[in-house]
Amino acid sequence: MGKFIGQAVKRVEDKRFLTGKGRYTDDIVLPNMTYAKIVRSPYAHAKINSVDISAAKMYPGVVEVFTGKDIADSGIAGVPCGWQVDFKNGDTMKEPPHPLLVADKVRHVGDAVAVVIAETKEIARDAADMVEVDYEELPAVTDAAEAAKTGAPLVHDDVPNNTCYDWGLGDEAATNAAIDKADHVTTLEFVNQRLVPNAIEPRAAIGDYDPIRENYTLYTSSQNPHLIRLLMCAFVLGIPEHKVRVVSPDVGGGFGSKIFHYTEEALVIWASNKIGRPVKWTAERSESFITDAHGRDHVTKAEMGFDKDGNVMALRVKTFANMGAYLSTFSTCVPTYLHGTLLQGLYTTPAIYVDVTATFTNTTAVDAYRGAGRPEATYLLERLFDNAAREMNMDPAELRLKNFIPPFDGVSEPGYQTQVALQYDSGNYQGVLKRALEMLDYDGLRKEQAEARKNGRLIGIGISTYIEACGIAPSAVVGSLGARAGLYESAQVRIQPTGKVSVYTGSHSHGQGHETTFAQVVADRLGVALEDVEVIHGDSESVAFGMGTYGSRSLAVGGSAIVKSIDKVLEKGARIAAHKLEASVDDLEYEGGHWTVKGTDKSIAFGDVALTAYVPHDYPEGEEPGMDFASFYDPANFTYPFGAHIAVVEVDPETGKVDLKRFVAVDDVGNVINPMIVDGQIHGGVVQGVGQALFEGAIYDDNGQLVNGSYMDYCMPRADDFPMIETDRTVTPCPHNPLGVKGAGEAGAIGSTPAVVNAVLDALSDYNVNDIRMPLTPERVWAAMQNGNH
Amino acid sequence: MGVSVKVTVNGERHEHEVDARQMLVDYLRESLHLTGTHVGCDTTACGACTVLVDGRAVKSCTMLAVQADGAEIKTIEGMASNGDLHPIQEGFHEEHGLQCGFCTPGMVMTAAQLLADNPNPSEQEIRHALEGNFCRCTGYHNIVKAIQYAAKKLS
Repeated sequence: MGKFIGQAVKRVEDKRFLTGKGRYTDDIVLPNMTYAKIVRSPYAHAKINSVDISAAKMYPGVVEVFTGKDIADSGIAGVPCGWQVDFKNGDTMKEPPHPLLVADKVRHVGDAVAVVIAETKEIARDAADMVEVDYEELPAVTDAAEAAKTGAPLVHDDVPNNTCYDWGLGDEAATNAAIDKADHVTTLEFVNQRLVPNAIEPRAAIGDYDPIRENYTLYTSSQNPHLIRLLMCAFVLGIPEHKVRVVSPDVGGGFGSKIFHYTEEALVIWASNKIGRPVKWTAERSESFITDAHGRDHVTKAEMGFDKDGNVMALRVKTFANMGAYLSTFSTCVPTYLHGTLLQGLYTTPAIYVDVTATFTNTTAVDAYRGAGRPEATYLLERLFDNAAREMNMDPAELRLKNFIPPFDGVSEPGYQTQVALQYDSGNYQGVLKRALEMLDYDGLRKEQAEARKNGRLIGIGISTYIEACGIAPSAVVGSLGARAGLYESAQVRIQPTGKVSVYTGSHSHGQGHETTFAQVVADRLGVALEDVEVIHGDSESVAFGMGTYGSRSLAVGGSAIVKSIDKVLEKGARIAAHKLEASVDDLEYEGGHWTVKGTDKSIAFGDVALTAYVPHDYPEGEEPGMDFASFYDPANFTYPFGAHIAVVEVDPETGKVDLKRFVAVDDVGNVINPMIVDGQIHGGVVQGVGQALFEGAIYDDNGQLVNGSYMDYCMPRADDFPMIETDRTVTPCPHNPLGVKGAGEAGAIGSTPAVVNAVLDALSDYNVNDIRMPLTPERVWAAMQNGNH
Repeated sequence: MGVSVKVTVNGERHEHEVDARQMLVDYLRESLHLTGTHVGCDTTACGACTVLVDGRAVKSCTMLAVQADGAEIKTIEGMASNGDLHPIQEGFHEEHGLQCGFCTPGMVMTAAQLLADNPNPSEQEIRHALEGNFCRCTGYHNIVKAIQYAAKKLS
C-alpha cells in the first residue's frame, strides 16, 4: 500500500455531478443547432414499398428529411462489425451491412427508415409522424435456435439458415468419449435470456460540420471515442480521420452498450455535412430499448460428466447465440472468445468441447453487456455444478472445492493452461470460496435452513464461483482470433514546468472513477500531491489515441500504459537530477518526490527537475528539453479475476416470491488501487446480475414486437429489492502487468446471477425442480412448485 | 400559442412564454439552462428528472411547465449554498453514492424530501423512498449509506 495506492480516496469527479454541473452529450447546445428525429419501423420484418416524405418536408420548421435512398445514393453501405469469426469449414462469416437508414426492408422493430431534421425537437417529432411508409409485413423470427432451422424466415435474403457462423473449440472426440464413460452426467437445457442494458443516460449524438475548415466534431455518449472515430471515418463515411474530432464528455453509464459504433453517430455527422448545421439526436427511452445493443440471449444445452467420486471428467456445450438483425461492433466475439474460452471455469475439467451457432433474427442487435460472454459461461458451469451436487447427493461447496484448479501464482510456477485456449495468470480459487463460506457461516446456515424447513419456510443457499478474462487484450492474440483492431492502450504523461501533472488516457470513464484511481497511481509513483494530477480522457483532440473502456480493461491496460510513461518521466528526471546534483544516476534514489544522492543529504525536488527540463540552462549535454512522454501498452496476456458469491433467499411458499436475504461476494481482482471504488463496482455488478436472475428480460412476441420496451414494463432492480451487500477480497496479484491489477468492473454481474438461481433451486429442493427460466418471477417459481413432484 | 409562466427556481424569479405542451424538465433545461436535471425515461419511472416543487419531490418529465406557474422550484443546482455542499450531497461524496452521476441529481432531490418528512429513516424506509429512482451503477448500497450519513449530519 502506498500513500495513495490502496487507499479509499474520495472521488475528485464527484463535485461536478453533485452540483448539477456534469456535462453529458444532451446538455450540449451548439449555435444554430438542429434536432433529428428518426422514423423507425413498427414492424419486425417488412418490405418497404415506398416512403413519402412530402408532408413532413412541408411542415413549418423542418429543415430536411432524408431516407434510406439518400444514404444509399451517397454510397454508404453501413456500420461494420469489428471481429470476424469464420465458419468451422473456413467459410467467411456472414456480415450483412447495417445501413444508417434502410431502403429495402426493415429487419427489426426500431430499424431506421428516415430522419427528420428540424429547428426544435418538438417540430422534428411532429413531422416524423407525417412520414408515410408503405410496409409489406413479412413473417418474423426471434429465437436464436429457431432461426437456424430450414424454412425459418430469412432476415437477410443472402444468409442461408440465418447463420452468421458456426464455431467450435476444444477436443470434441475426447469430450464425447469422456461423457460416454462418465459415471454421472448432469444435463441442463436453458435460456440465458436477453437483457436490455439500460444505462440511465439515453444515448445521444451531435454532429457538427464546419464547412470552412472542412472538419467535423462528433459529441457522443460513448465508452470508446477513438475507435468510433476510426470506424466511422475509415469504414462508414470515408472521411479523413484527421479532420474529425470525437468527444465523449460525461457519459451516464455504459455497461457495454456504449462501446459500439452506432448508426446514429454516422448519421448526424453525415446529415450535418448535408445541411451545414449541427444536428443533435437524443434517444427517448423507448428508442433506447429497441436500438441500444442488448445482451446475452443464448439457447444452450450443456452436459457435464463426473466419475463416481464426483471428479469432473468432461463438459460438452451447444449454444445458439442470437446476433439480432445486424452485427454490432463486438457481437461476434461474445459467444465465442468471451464465452467458449471461459468454459474451463475454475475447474480441472480434462475434456471440453463447445459448439456455437450464431444466428440473425428480427430483433435488436445483441452485443457485449456487463460481463459479455463470461456471465453466460459462469451461469452454465455453476448451474451444472449445483445440479450435479443435488443429483449426486453431495454438498455443492464440497463438490467445487474438490474440483478446483490448485493455487498458482504465475511467477514461481507457470500459469494454468486450459483446455479452451487460455492460460490463466494466477489464482487461488479455494481461497475465495472458503472466505465466502466463512463470512456466511455456511455450516450454521445449513442447520438454520433445515430447522426453517420443518416450519414450512423455504430458505435457499446458492453458491457461484467464477473466473473471467479481463484486461483485453494482447493485440497479436486477438488479431489471430479475428479481431479487426489492436487492443492495447495509450497514455501520455505531461509534466508541466511547475511540476504539475497532466495525464491523457485512452481509457474512458463513465462512472468508474478513473479521474481518481489513475491520479492515485500517478501521485504515488511520482511522489506528488493528488491535487497536482489531472486526468484527461474522452476527447480525440487532446488524447492521442485510445481503445476505450470495456472488458474491465482500464486499469490493467490503460493504467499500465500510464505507468510506462511515468517510468520514462522518472528515467529522464534522474538524468537531469544527476546533472544538477553532480552525481551518477546509479547513485540516486527517488522517494517522496525527491532525488537524493544515496547516503547524503544532497537532493533535488521533482518540481525543480521539471522546471529545469523546460528552462534548460544548466542541463545535461545532449538531453532534449521538456518532460512529456507518450506510451502504448500492449498486454502480455489477459488478466483473470475470480471470486465466490453466495446468495441466501427465502421463497414464499404461497406466492413464489423470492426475497434476497443476504448476498456475500468475495472477489479477487488482484491488487486494489482504491477499495472504495472497487466495492462500488462490485455492488453495482451484483445488483445487475441479480436483476437478470429475478427481474429482467426482454420479451419478444411471435411478431417480433418487444412487448416490455419501457421502464413501465421492463422490471429494473430497485433499492428495496436488496439487502446490504457483504463484500470482501483476497488479493492474488496479476503477474504480468506493472500494477498487479486484474479488473473489477464486471465481476459482480458475472458471479451473482447463478448464485441467486442456485439459491432458489436449493430452497425448492423438496419440490424436485431442477430449472426455472430466468427471470425467476413469482409466477414462474410458483408454477414450478406446482409442477414439481412435491 | 405561448402561455405565460412565473416561477421561482433556486430563489430566482423567472417569467417566460412557454409552449403549452412543454414539460417542466425541458423548461428547466432549455429555457433556464439548468442541465443538472436529467431525462432518463419520459415515463415517470426512472426519477432522474426529480426536482422539488413547493417542497415536494416531483418527476419533472411528466409535469407541464404551465402547471408549475406560481411555484417555488428547487433543482440540484440550488442545493449547495455559498460553495458548501448540502449534507445530502456531502453524504453522496463521502459514501461513494454516485458513479456515472446521471441519476444522482434525482436521488439527491428525492432524499431531500425523504429527510424533510422523516429525519431519521430506517434502512428499509430509505430503500422504500428510493423505489421510484433507478440507479444502474451503484446497486443502491452506497446511496442508502449516503442518505444515512446525511440524516445523521442533519439531526
